[in-house]
Amino acid sequence: MAKIKFKLNNKEIEIDENPNLRLLDVLRDKFEFTGVKEGCGEGECGACAVLINNDIVNSCIVPLGNVNGKEIMTIEGYSETKKYDVIKDAYAEEGAVQCGFCTPGMIIASESLLNKNPHPTEEEIRVGLSGNLCRCTGYNMIVKAVKSAAKKGDGLW
Amino acid sequence: MVKNVIPVSYSEALDLLNERPFKIIAGGTDLMVQRRSWAQTPPKFSEDVLYIFNLEELKYIKEVDGYIVIGSTTPVEDVLKNKLTPNLLKAAISIMASPALRNMATIAGNIGNASPAGDTLPILYTLDAIIVLESIEGIRELPIKDVITGPGKHIIKQNEIIKELKLPISVFTNSAFEKVGGRKADAISKVSFTGAVNIKDNKVLDFRIAFGAVSATILRRKDLEEKYVGLTKDELIGKVDEIVADYDPFVRPIDDQRSNKEYRKTVALNLLRNFIETL
Ligand SMILES: Cc1cc2nc3c(=O)[nH]c(=O)nc-3n(C[C@H](O)[C@H](O)[C@H](O)COP(=O)(O)OP(=O)(O)OC[C@H]3O[C@@H](n4cnc5c(N)ncnc54)[C@H](O)[C@@H]3O)c2cc1C
Ligand code: FES
Ligand code: FES
Repeated sequence: MAKIKFKLNNKEIEIDENPNLRLLDVLRDKFEFTGVKEGCGEGECGACAVLINNDIVNSCIVPLGNVNGKEIMTIEGYSETKKYDVIKDAYAEEGAVQCGFCTPGMIIASESLLNKNPHPTEEEIRVGLSGNLCRCTGYNMIVKAVKSAAKKGDGLW
Repeated sequence: MVKNVIPVSYSEALDLLNERPFKIIAGGTDLMVQRRSWAQTPPKFSEDVLYIFNLEELKYIKEVDGYIVIGSTTPVEDVLKNKLTPNLLKAAISIMASPALRNMATIAGNIGNASPAGDTLPILYTLDAIIVLESIEGIRELPIKDVITGPGKHIIKQNEIIKELKLPISVFTNSAFEKVGGRKADAISKVSFTGAVNIKDNKVLDFRIAFGAVSATILRRKDLEEKYVGLTKDELIGKVDEIVADYDPFVRPIDDQRSNKEYRKTVALNLLRNFIETL
């Protein structure tokens, strides 16, 4: 057990927990943020992606001990922002969501990318999303959605 | 009773490591997968864990006395984005998995894991990187080739920590890092080739070659490299068959599911040949 402090979706949290716990399990089971999905459990698919200090990480391979003092944002917290609305609308318009399992992670990856690079090229978008697997869409619609979000949200990032 | 600790300072980490054995976790991208148990349960560690990833004191990249010095908890994504980082190291990091992985993974973890397929390792060998190990007893500075002794094996002591890496600043007129894997992101390297040459006034001043995943540790042979220093560029290119033949006996990949060994060997030697022929 160890005392761990962090910010989760803008709320200060302090817990006494086993720092070996996977961040993914803490987010889903303890805080019930079930928008964070478990796909592979090995860092390969991006379904469990969240933002730590604005950067994307895969929460299935992040030990809780590594988030001490950090700011974590899940899709639930992010969905209260204006940027999320722009990305969500772009995904809907481009048909970038089918079964939806990869979508929270894809949106987190889109945000992490646009936050660093508000006007990415197609190649940069593909690199930005390269850790997120989608079994349904074939990726092209998702890439288009990110491009469209960058244009429509110009000035937001 | 397992007692995991998140130290608040580097000196606390060194003190703890001196008191009792710990397993160090940096980014955890190797350990969290290797020690994985069932979904919804934490990974299993038989030893106490020391979490060093958030030690800000060890997050830096700076130039000091002819070296680029990289603090051990710096995530590789930050190394990739830094102006001081040598291009070869950037090339290797940029094809490591995905941004999400690069935001956690560290070069020190790549060293600690000591896989012959670790992508930053051939670059550290090529650049003659010095690994700075610290314990309460003091500092040891060792060349990377003396730190890693076999697959998964290294000489880092139980009470030591990798503090930083020192990369001697070097000049190369031609350099290349090539990795042949499956899917670009997330494929643990099948075979990698690193070449770095400095040719000035038509003279080969420096010639360095390294291979990843073709032997128990990264393959680099200074004895072979020295044979070709002092030649003109055309002479070097003219000796391509001899160079390939020199390396042939040392390229001994193991067979595993990722790709068979004949394929790996052919690819490795072709990458070497292509590098020299296109200088
Ligand atoms: C999905 C996925 C994709 C991957 N793709 C690649 C890839 O393309 N290329 C590649 O090379 N690797 C890849 N890896 C492996 C891994 O990300 C790298 O080896 C990474 O560099 C490990 O760094 P870390 O900080 O996460 O290590 P950790 O898991 O924290 O530690 C690894 C080992 O190093 C030791 N250690 C760490 N820091 C120190 C220190 N400061 N002092 C002493 N010991 C230390 C630990 O005790 C442990 O034994 C991948 C892993 C995953 C999960
Ligand atoms: S569930 Fe975490 S990356 Fe696949
Ligand atoms: S929409 Fe089904 S996995 Fe991407």
